[in-house]
Amino acid sequence: MNTSHATNEVIKPLGMNFRDAMWRKFITYLPYLWLLLFFLAPFIIVLKISFATPIVAQPPFTELFDLDSDTSQWWLASWENYQFLTEDNLYWVSYFKSIKVAFISTIICLLIGYPMAYGIARATPIKRNILLMLVILPFWTSFLLRVYAWMGLLGKNGIINSALMHIGIVDSPLQLLYTDMAVYLGIVYTYIPFMILPLYANLEKMDTSLHDAAADLGARPWQVFINITLPLSIPGILAGSLLVFIPAIGEYVIPALLGGLDSLMIGRTLYDEFFVNRDWPLASAVATILLLILVIPIMLFQRSQRDKPQS
Amino acid sequence: METIKTMKTNQPTKSYVADTPWLDREATPFIQIKNLSKNFDGTPAVANIDLNIYQGELFTILGGSGCGKSTLLRMLAGFETPSAGQIIIDGKDMAGIPAYDRPVNMMFQSYAVFPHMTVAQNISYGLKKDGIEKSQIKNRVNEMLELVQLSALGKRKPHQLSGGQRQRVALARALIKKPKVLLLDEPLAALDKKLREQTQFELMNLQYELGITFVVVTHDQEEAMTLSSRVAVMNEGRFIQIGTPSQVYESPNNKFVADFFGTINFFNATVQNANQDSKVLCATLEKTGTKLDAKFDGNIHPGGQITIAVRPEKISITKNNPEGENLTVTKGVVEDLAYYGNRSIYRIRSQSGRIIQVSAQNFARSEQLALEWDDEVYLSWNSSCNVVLTE
Repeated sequence: MNTSHATNEVIKPLGMNFRDAMWRKFITYLPYLWLLLFFLAPFIIVLKISFATPIVAQPPFTELFDLDSDTSQWWLASWENYQFLTEDNLYWVSYFKSIKVAFISTIICLLIGYPMAYGIARATPIKRNILLMLVILPFWTSFLLRVYAWMGLLGKNGIINSALMHIGIVDSPLQLLYTDMAVYLGIVYTYIPFMILPLYANLEKMDTSLHDAAADLGARPWQVFINITLPLSIPGILAGSLLVFIPAIGEYVIPALLGGLDSLMIGRTLYDEFFVNRDWPLASAVATILLLILVIPIMLFQRSQRDKPQS
Repeated sequence: METIKTMKTNQPTKSYVADTPWLDREATPFIQIKNLSKNFDGTPAVANIDLNIYQGELFTILGGSGCGKSTLLRMLAGFETPSAGQIIIDGKDMAGIPAYDRPVNMMFQSYAVFPHMTVAQNISYGLKKDGIEKSQIKNRVNEMLELVQLSALGKRKPHQLSGGQRQRVALARALIKKPKVLLLDEPLAALDKKLREQTQFELMNLQYELGITFVVVTHDQEEAMTLSSRVAVMNEGRFIQIGTPSQVYESPNNKFVADFFGTINFFNATVQNANQDSKVLCATLEKTGTKLDAKFDGNIHPGGQITIAVRPEKISITKNNPEGENLTVTKGVVEDLAYYGNRSIYRIRSQSGRIIQVSAQNFARSEQLALEWDDEVYLSWNSSCNVVLTE
């Protein structure tokens, strides 16, 4: 029998030494490292606190283990906080209200943002850049400042009320500020760029010959939109909706500044639990549940993206 | 794949050769384009065009990119509004009629197959928009799927198809409404060479079977030559020449057409004498002073500067001095050669330093090249092959 001609030479990729390989690995895993440090680690801390019991101390919660104790009960974690969430109506109302506000705001953003994104995508290149600039422009001012500006606009002696009274449409100032409407207004105003930009990106790269083809086959302009444009822009709609829905659900500043006392959204409840009641474990439980509520739509989105064909 | 199957039609059988409606002065054109212009921001894309296309023609508009051919096609389809002029299809003025109401359908260059619909849904789209009964749609779709050999793939999505299959979907989708005119924008450009040649014949057969008038836009002169009943060569928004492929190839009416439609050798020459009765002129070539005869039409007078054009395949290449009547002979050296299997292309440097391109069939079966670099050769061609160009 012939011996094989296999040599003992190790075949290495050209120009790749150990340091290069490590460097490459480092770059690849950098995002994961980032997520680990700034998302997973803090979340584990929050999760841990959510199983603790509040005490008057520094920090204001118990440890989960007590290895020094003489009693047999060294494991101190409890479900109490989560249990409490189900018992008190306040939390369910807050969650529900947050979801409702976020959902309606997302729909309004979509209804206003879609035509805007469509218009920008169909504009001439020069016009398109100007319009995109106008969409992004508000980001150059502080978010908080812009919300305060709305307070000035909507207040009892604000510009809108003054104008209405001046024209004579109303005799006494309308209650505009500290209403749900003001909250919706604030959220839609703040988050609409996040709806427009992904939608624009989707609509802009859509092959216009598809529209021509549909028209050529006898579709009226509105049929072209319903049959072709809309179904093909679903990824953009989903991306934009998530980008609005997720931050809107945990929104704290806008309902706190523009909303009424009764507009209890989960962000506000969380804040109160944390800073007013100093019940860190309960606040952590509220945050954990909020995260779960948010992760579900993201997972659905991921799935819809994965099922899509590679084009 | 087999060729596309025959579809039952009531069209009378016609012969390819005898069917030359553009020669019949009595015939009414099916598509009439009158003084048609289109400007984009003041720049003319289509400039004052007149064109008649007859029923059942396979008419090709040939031109380079930016010559206005696509704009013309889009005006026929109704996607662009003419700046001036008129389009009449089957006796009806198309002005103000939107794309969705025109009796034309189009096959797009990118195919524009709807990516979110199945093959069958794509093909049935046009009928659905016309509000045709479901059972009837189903029959017509099946008929169409069979016609383009996609019966097994009706439920597939476009991304599961090959380029050639997608092209068939686009074709079936455009044909299902039985349009009076089918517009095809670069129908073969996205296919590879083998598939192209095959599809070319399928398109011709299909057009013949269905009797639908085809208007094809292409930048590929070979495609134009093989497909069409007539070709219009377009440049800078105007038609330079309209004629059958052989007319345009053998008798180009100016240098642009001669050069665009195939390869050609140009020689500058001075007219010595021109017989206005027999329409034969005698000219001397620049530099060498070689005398040659050529037929001409139009106004040509002695002393005038003309261009003599000769196609590479008309020129014989020999090692010995050829003898014969009416031959133009010149001597040269092989500077370059390219072997194509069936033929070889030679670039010969003539005594005057001019490069002449010659295409020769490789008649003999030999692995040895008939000619080598730096071989001395004689080039000769019959005077009937000389084309006289004045512009």
